[in-house]
Amino acid sequence: MIETKEKVLRFKIKRQNDLDAPSYWEEFHVPYRPNMNVISALMEIQRNPVNVNGEAVRAVVWDYNCLEEVCGACSMRINGKVRQACSALVDKLEQPITLEPMSTFPVEKDLVVNRERMFEDLKKIKGWIPIDGTYALDAGPNISSSEQQEAYKYSTCMTCGCCLEACPNVNSKSPFIGPQAMGQTKYFNMHPTGALKKEERMEVVIGDEGIANCGNSQNCVQVCPKEIPLTTALAELNQSANKYALTSWFRK
Amino acid sequence: MKAAIANAPQSKSSKKFLYARLHSLAGILPLGLFMAEHFYTNSMAMFGAEKYNEQIALLQSLPFLIGIEIVFIAIPLLFHAIYGLYLSFISNHNTASYKYTRNLTFFFQRISGVIIFVFVIYHVWSFRLSTAMTGTEVNYHLVSEHLQNPIIFAFYVAGIIATAYHLCNGLSTALITWGITIGKTSQKIALQVSMILFALMSALGVATLFSFI
Repeated sequence: MIETKEKVLRFKIKRQNDLDAPSYWEEFHVPYRPNMNVISALMEIQRNPVNVNGEAVRAVVWDYNCLEEVCGACSMRINGKVRQACSALVDKLEQPITLEPMSTFPVEKDLVVNRERMFEDLKKIKGWIPIDGTYALDAGPNISSSEQQEAYKYSTCMTCGCCLEACPNVNSKSPFIGPQAMGQTKYFNMHPTGALKKEERMEVVIGDEGIANCGNSQNCVQVCPKEIPLTTALAELNQSANKYALTSWFRK
Repeated sequence: MKAAIANAPQSKSSKKFLYARLHSLAGILPLGLFMAEHFYTNSMAMFGAEKYNEQIALLQSLPFLIGIEIVFIAIPLLFHAIYGLYLSFISNHNTASYKYTRNLTFFFQRISGVIIFVFVIYHVWSFRLSTAMTGTEVNYHLVSEHLQNPIIFAFYVAGIIATAYHLCNGLSTALITWGITIGKTSQKIALQVSMILFALMSALGVATLFSFI
């Protein structure tokens, strides 16, 4: 990649003052320090919010939390591609570094987006293991270690939204709930106790917002920071959705 | 018991899943098979006008030909084309940002579909509908005359390559839609095989076109 010899980093940031306000681009110069990531550069802008024209402006706001790519808060488009700002090292980025908010989600301010739709989708697919009841449900069946290994990959989903942002079929023209919810459907269905709600999840999968909207562009699996095998989940869900749709039709 | 009934999954009235699966099925079973037959039959032109005309006459002598054409070609084709056109317009293409192989094949699938839509209307009109209306015999001579025009010839080259691509790439995604290729490696190999098939089919189709001039 490009060696950073310059003492100054150039940033081009897409900003927005409010929820429905128009967006605009603003450029900043940030003094370079070794091993900087996009978050530490944004912190530098926060400390000294002066743009390239020397004007003091409102500090750029963004979301972040864990700084180690496990919380999913700092997703944004960096040089056009969606990823986590915390794991984006400036030494590996071409300059000027452009930062944009994810466009699939409502932009609240600058780089801050509202990711609530994903949490709503998790409710739709009943993204939990039902263990509450009026009596103790026991320990539940054992899970083999190979199944645990497989489930673990899906359990690392941090609802960051990268897959929805990169999916060409998740947009305002399509009701698709997206790869994240589909991956989690597979995850909860493969759990022996979670499978108690399998049919309810399959109804969502074969519904209007479900898997029929997937066009196999497979961007989801490419951009997933956790390397979750989302396309495998989608193919498996295709298979079980076909079986489910057919058998439930014959049961009518 | 009552609670169980209330909690039973409520079937949504969405027909989208059914349409999507019928769209995939129509593309492979009647249309894919027809395309294989169509490319093969037309390639007989490489063995001369007589061989070609023989094949055409054989097909035209099939009993219930109109019925076969309507049930196995026209209806699946219309459904596949119209639903596919709708699908191609609800995607927000982002190949500029994400130049991954599958994203590009996804984009070309939609582009080729639109090209085929225009091409097939023209092609069916030229050699099936208008000829049926005027009672013109479809034979080597007629096709050859048609393809003398370099613009029409180029349009046919584009139409044939787009069709070969759309079918072969469609086969590889259908394997995912029907839950056959599940893992990353099998999906990758299926795509590679489908691209080899695309090259062979395009070569056969374009060679056929050249044998008419």
